[in-house]
Amino acid sequence: MMTKMVLNKDSMRIEREQDVVPFRNRVREFAVKIGMGIVNQTKLITAASELVRNMLKYAGGGAVLIEAISQGRETGIRLTFEDKGPGIGDIALAMKDGYSSGKSLGIGLPGTKRLVNEFDIKSKTGEGTTVSIVKWKNG
Amino acid sequence: MKQDYFKGLQKRKKQILENWMKSQLSDESLREDLMTNENLREQSEELLNAILGTITEKNISEGMTAEFEQVHEILAGISISRARQGYSPRETGVFVFSLKDALLNSLKEDLSNDPKALADVVLKMNKFMDSMGIITFETFIKGREEVILRQTDEITEISTPVIRVWDGILALPIIGTLDSSRTQVVMENLLQQIVETGSTIAILDISGVPAVDSLVAQHLIKTVAATRLMGAECIISGIRPEIAQTVVHLGIDLSNIVTKASLAHALKYAFAMLKLEVRKPMKDKPSL
Repeated sequence: MMTKMVLNKDSMRIEREQDVVPFRNRVREFAVKIGMGIVNQTKLITAASELVRNMLKYAGGGAVLIEAISQGRETGIRLTFEDKGPGIGDIALAMKDGYSSGKSLGIGLPGTKRLVNEFDIKSKTGEGTTVSIVKWKNG
Repeated sequence: MKQDYFKGLQKRKKQILENWMKSQLSDESLREDLMTNENLREQSEELLNAILGTITEKNISEGMTAEFEQVHEILAGISISRARQGYSPRETGVFVFSLKDALLNSLKEDLSNDPKALADVVLKMNKFMDSMGIITFETFIKGREEVILRQTDEITEISTPVIRVWDGILALPIIGTLDSSRTQVVMENLLQQIVETGSTIAILDISGVPAVDSLVAQHLIKTVAATRLMGAECIISGIRPEIAQTVVHLGIDLSNIVTKASLAHALKYAFAMLKLEVRKPMKDKPSL
C-alpha cells in the first residue's frame, strides 16, 4: 500500500452543538481547496456531520483532525475524530444498519461508511473512540 | 508623609483630568462619531472622581474590596455602554490606560526627589490600574456577548416563516441547519398555521439546508408524521442532486414521503391534489 502524504492540516475542538456548523464549513473549505466535486463534497460533509454528532451525543465532544492528503496521484481529505467517551462495546453491532443505542435512525455509522472511501474505527470501552475516514477527490 | 501622595493626587485632580483628556483626545483611536468630547469629559471626570475619592494608601493594594464597588460600577457601566455603541476593545482600552499614564505622571512630579517612594507607589498604582483594565475588558466582552445572544434569538425567530402560498397550501422554506431546537420551532409554527388557516397541504422546502444527515432526516420525517396526524399532507421540496445521492448512500428511507426537486414542482403537485388548474387566460374575442 502506498503511503499517504499530508499536505495541509488543521484541528478543531468540538464541544457544543454550535461547533458543528463552523466545523462543517472548515471541512468544506478543505474539500474545495483540493478541487473536490460537489457530490463528493456533500458526501464528505454529511459523513463528517454524522460522526461529529455521534461524538457530541455519546461522548460529549472531542477533537477532530482535518487533513488534506495525497497518495500517488490521488488527493483527498482525511478526518480523524477522537473522543474520550464511554466507547463502543460491540463495534460489529454498532456498524449494523438500523441498530441504535440511542433513539436515532441507526444508520449513522453504517451510512457514513457507505459515503466515504476508507473507514476505520477503534474503540475501547471506558476509554474512548477514534474514527478515521478518507474521501478521495475522485472516489 | 506616606498618605500624602493620594491627598496630593486629590488636589491635582484637575490637572490629571486635563492630562488624561489631552492624551485621549490626541490618540488616533478617538471616536468623535460615537461620543462628543463633552460627554467623554463627563464620563472621564465621573470615573476619576470615584477613583480618587476612594483610593488610599491602605486599600490600593487590595483593589477588589467593597470600597471600590462604586468605581467598579462606573467602570462597568462605561465599558458595557461602549461595547453596545460599537467601540473596539482597543478604544476602550485606551480610555482606561491613558488614565494610568496621567496618574503616574502626576505621581512622578510629586515625588521627583524620593525615588524609592516613587517606585513603591508607582508599582502599586500600576497594579491597581491593571485590575481596572481587567474589569473593563470583562464587562466589555460581556456587553458584546449580550449583543450576540440577542442576535441569535432574533435569527431563530425570523428564520422559520410559514407562508400561505395558496388557499389551503402552506410553504415553509428552511434555511440553514435543522437541529433539534429549530425543528421544534418549525414544527410548532407549521402545526399552528395548519390549524389557523385550515390548510391541507404543507410544502417543506429544504433548498437552503446545506447537508442532510441522518439527524436532519429524522427531524424531517418527524415533522411530516406530525403534519399527517393533523390531517394534512406534507411535501418535501428543494432536494438537490448531491443531496439525493447522499441520502441514498446514507440509507435514509424517504420513500413514504412525497418529495420534489423544486418548490415549483411541489406547488404544481399540490394544485393537482386540490384539483386546481393554472391556465393562461383565454382571449375575450378571438380575432378571426
